[in-house]
Amino acid sequence: MARMKFLCDAERCIGCNACVTACKNENEVPWGINRRRVVTINDGKPGERSVSMACMHCTDPPCAAVCPVECIFPTEDGIVLHNKDQCIGCGYCFYACPFGAPQYPRVSNFGSRGKMDKCTYCAGGGGPEAPGSAEEYAKYGSDRFGEGKLPMCAEMCSTKALLAGDGDVIGQIYKERVVQRGYGSGAWGWLTAYQEDVKV
Amino acid sequence: MRSGAATGRAGGPRGKSRFAIFFACLRVVFGTLMCLTIAGTLPVLAEQFAPDGAPDPTASGVSQQTLLREVPRIEGYIDIPDTRASVLMQPAGRMWDHFHEVTLHWFGAVVIIGMIAVLGCAFLILGRLRISAGRSGTKVQRFNAFERFSHWLTAVSFVVLALTGLNITFGKILLLPVIGKDAFSSLSQAAKYVHNFTSFAFVIGLVLIVAMWLKDNIPRKVDVDWLRQGAGFIKSKHAPAGRFNAGEKAVFWLALLAGVAVAVSGYLLLFPFYVTNIVGMQIAQVLHAVIAVLFVALILGHIYIGTLGMEGAFEAMGSGEVDLNWAKEHHDLWLRDQLAKQHQPAVSGTAD
Repeated sequence: MARMKFLCDAERCIGCNACVTACKNENEVPWGINRRRVVTINDGKPGERSVSMACMHCTDPPCAAVCPVECIFPTEDGIVLHNKDQCIGCGYCFYACPFGAPQYPRVSNFGSRGKMDKCTYCAGGGGPEAPGSAEEYAKYGSDRFGEGKLPMCAEMCSTKALLAGDGDVIGQIYKERVVQRGYGSGAWGWLTAYQEDVKV
Repeated sequence: MRSGAATGRAGGPRGKSRFAIFFACLRVVFGTLMCLTIAGTLPVLAEQFAPDGAPDPTASGVSQQTLLREVPRIEGYIDIPDTRASVLMQPAGRMWDHFHEVTLHWFGAVVIIGMIAVLGCAFLILGRLRISAGRSGTKVQRFNAFERFSHWLTAVSFVVLALTGLNITFGKILLLPVIGKDAFSSLSQAAKYVHNFTSFAFVIGLVLIVAMWLKDNIPRKVDVDWLRQGAGFIKSKHAPAGRFNAGEKAVFWLALLAGVAVAVSGYLLLFPFYVTNIVGMQIAQVLHAVIAVLFVALILGHIYIGTLGMEGAFEAMGSGEVDLNWAKEHHDLWLRDQLAKQHQPAVSGTAD
């Protein structure tokens, strides 16, 4: 089985936020929820870099470990999904997530959180809904993965900075880029998410 | 330059000192997972030039690994108004995961089961502490109705908070396998709301208790004598005490400290990210969990001595009236003042 990963090549990312828009559009993400975002480091300074970040679908995902109701789990493709029916909105996955991926709609008084929402790798949800069904779409968004397609964000990236797919393949693509152009700031988040880096 | 390089617009000196506190805390609490080090020198990020004099766009680009060696989390500028999203990466999340899933489980189990074991041993060795002189049949009022109401308001809300709180940490180990995921999830959802709302009742109870009993819980010289005389555990000696003995005073002050700490950290968690950032939230959760576990152990001891451990103690909080001989044995100075008050209502005496 291929191990699905994301990789953002910061030397190619131009911070256009098309991935953010593509994600919102594809998955009909509610207002105020951002499954993907672009963070610019050293904004306006020498060495400025933009990185597109969402759930990295970690190996040994910390969100799944801390979940008090065990509603988050990795699939056999390494995609981290969750069951919104079981989520209690405690917010612990946000404290554990190294990438700020979990999002919570504000549903009630105080800062009380609703059911957690995050990037599903466009692979539907982890609940009991039938894959590709309207119920699943309403809760979790698109199931492109079930149709053999990759996440919309990476597919839409105009500079091909954001890569999605089998970790070995996208790691190899990134490695070849770095070798060819002679520099690269690293596979952002890989060591933290997958406990391995792209060796160049 | 050091902070500017890594934190961009969103970071600041306040954030940096929080990092330092957070890491100091984590090292103390669970000195593991040292995958990150804050130490390390930062190359000065100035614009660099190629040999032909043109700015070199790649030379000043900072690599992810360099950044992570320098700061515990990488922050930057973000277009959306959600400031939390400006944190690109915080590998410390995995450390918090380790605390929550390994350290806290062991700590909680050892402290709470350990306390129950200690109390069990106490009961087996000491047994129930009887009233030495037997019951006199005469009653003295110890706590009035309002005092008992305040105590039970705090006590009931504490038990509710403790059970619903322990469910978040231990429920998935103890309860989930028994009742199944869906039932456990519904229960935990309800428990979360109960926990959130009961907190207000607990705080009100705590405020009332402090307002009523602060005066009588100020440490005095008689407390030293009480400890010297064996804290009431040695039958041949008499440990003198006013309205509250040194043990009760210890429970009062520890409960006040722990109560304030869990309330403050708890409200930080209840209003997430209103006043703090991700590091603050993690620290708040760590403090909330650790103090709450210790608080539960303290209250287990308090419940034991007030019910099983001592004859005649429960009725002080039950009916509000204690036996005269019990009062003589455990709170002689207070009894003397009470009796003096009864005989001469105009003259008010002070304890010890």
